[in-house]
Amino acid sequence: MDSTAISEESWEDSQDSQEQEMDAFALKDCALIAIATGKRAYTLKELRDTLQTIDADSIYHHFWGGLLEPRFEEREYNNDFAAWVRHGLHDYPLAEQLAMVDPILHFDLEDLRQELLETIEERLDEDESSYWRVATRSFEFMRSQIVVFDTYKRWQEPEALAEWLPSLSASSIFYHFIDARRRLPEGVDDFRYWFSHFGDRYQDLCQELSRLDPYFETLTGLRSKLAQTFQAYLQPEKNNRE
Amino acid sequence: MLEKYAQVVGQDVIDQLQQLAEPLQGMKVIHVNSTRIGGGVAEILTKLVPLMQELGIDASWEVIAGDDDFFQCTKSMHNALQGNRVDIGDSLLQHYEQINANNAEQLRDTLEAASYVFIHDPQPAALLKYCPNRQGKWLWRCHIDASHPYRPIWRFLQPFLNSYEASIFSLAAFARSLPHLKYIIPPSIDPLSEKNIDIDRAEIDEVCDRFSLDRERPIIAQISRFDRFKDPIGVIQAYQQAKKYIPQLQLVLAGGSATDDPEGQMVLNEVKTAAAGDADVRILLLPPDAHRTINALQRAADIILQKSTKEGFGLTVTEGMWKGKPVIGGDAGGIRLQVKNYHTGFLVNTPEGTALRLRYLLKQPEKITEMGEKAKEFVRENFLITRQLREYLTLMVALLEPEGGSGETPFRERIELG
Repeated sequence: MDSTAISEESWEDSQDSQEQEMDAFALKDCALIAIATGKRAYTLKELRDTLQTIDADSIYHHFWGGLLEPRFEEREYNNDFAAWVRHGLHDYPLAEQLAMVDPILHFDLEDLRQELLETIEERLDEDESSYWRVATRSFEFMRSQIVVFDTYKRWQEPEALAEWLPSLSASSIFYHFIDARRRLPEGVDDFRYWFSHFGDRYQDLCQELSRLDPYFETLTGLRSKLAQTFQAYLQPEKNNRE
Repeated sequence: MLEKYAQVVGQDVIDQLQQLAEPLQGMKVIHVNSTRIGGGVAEILTKLVPLMQELGIDASWEVIAGDDDFFQCTKSMHNALQGNRVDIGDSLLQHYEQINANNAEQLRDTLEAASYVFIHDPQPAALLKYCPNRQGKWLWRCHIDASHPYRPIWRFLQPFLNSYEASIFSLAAFARSLPHLKYIIPPSIDPLSEKNIDIDRAEIDEVCDRFSLDRERPIIAQISRFDRFKDPIGVIQAYQQAKKYIPQLQLVLAGGSATDDPEGQMVLNEVKTAAAGDADVRILLLPPDAHRTINALQRAADIILQKSTKEGFGLTVTEGMWKGKPVIGGDAGGIRLQVKNYHTGFLVNTPEGTALRLRYLLKQPEKITEMGEKAKEFVRENFLITRQLREYLTLMVALLEPEGGSGETPFRERIELG
């Protein structure tokens, strides 16, 4: 339907519901599906060359997609590039350096790409053998599609959300705490974004949330920490009111 | 049925499946493969199709018909895709096309009308050529390690595959260069199937008695088709080396047979020769429906072996892990995704490596228990059928959307529902 065809009354209704929607926290869930780009690297030079041109969403996938993929306990290195350099190329120093490239510090994926490239270039400069050393297994450049769906659960108050947090699915945590940073122009998670609508009321909680480092956590570990943080800040308030 | 799965995987997993299935309500989805019984594909489809139906999707499963020459050809094709230099004569290749054309005559109306058609493996891959008026999306699901195929056979198959909307591989390393989206979805096991469901000790004892296995002595088992890529001879060599240190050791080599695998008997004969009449080696050719027997044998074993040199994914590894057993597996294909050294088992490359890890584990029974528990939880999180179903639904929902985005194969990175 053309938007001009909406009556004034229904337009006002729609504005009302949007405002309510904005005030409420709408719980979403997501599923990620991996796609092979068909691009591979067998040497560090090939990794560098492909990194220069690969779609940015592939870089995102190799930093964050692993959280929703089969994995075992703690990852030794926190992004796929570092893990491949360690286990495929067996270049331990570079693996450690790449593992320290922090995606949280780069809202813009192009900045992240540049830091990766600079780290790799430096290694290529200092050790010429890294140009031709062939890995024992290839690096497969991947990307992913994210399907987001609505759970139709809504909360008006953070205190109510806090009670539900421990039972949220790991993929909901991914959507609201990790995917949000890429989605929202402010580069924050959905929780902090929502709290900003309440003025300064949840400022302390926001500061605490900003200190949670999702890069070293499993999603279930992250969920526990989020739940604990919410409880520490919101339960006492609730208790006082009661 | 969904309620039963909720008891194993949790209700939130089931809720998510229901939400993903909402936009797919009533849609016709057809899976096509070449055998109803035997092999991992048939096992998965046996449960995947009813689960899709229960989620409100009009799912069905068709099996193409073929003769001995056709299956001889597709077995060679399978081996060639896994890297063996197997030449297939032109007449056999023409026969392959002809059988696909014949099957298309029977299935055309159904397939052309479906919203989604999943074609499993190379056997029915040419069907699309004979369904020119298809309405829906066709997906080629490759279950095998086609990372280094024998080129002439790949060149023959590729033209049939180019017209599919997408293909699905078990691992990124297996993905071939094809002009469409190449999704990565590992396969899975069904925790409620006869092969994986919990069974009591009496039934395990009965199966061990039937095959004269002594439960007081250590048992190792490889449950796998008699296929050279599964390296059953290497398993016997490893057993023989380990037995020098653990004289009580018993080995079970049990394989089912599938109607589309004519090579099995030949390999079975080689295995019998290699075992040289050792009374502690049980070589069992089990009927394709011996699921509970396999279940019992896996549970009776202390350690599961899967010493493949090539492996698509290795569902027998997943099954072994689900029974709480550590797995010593070949450092190949999808086994790498499941077996993590010192956590869920060990990856090995030689009979010697296998024997070494057997000795390590059998001398430290507490490690067997600890690693077995970790293995079971790893499967629960990652390799049960509900996870595979979720990914199939995700990709179907993703394909509902018009293409967009950028890159060599355009696609929409973010799809919002609801």
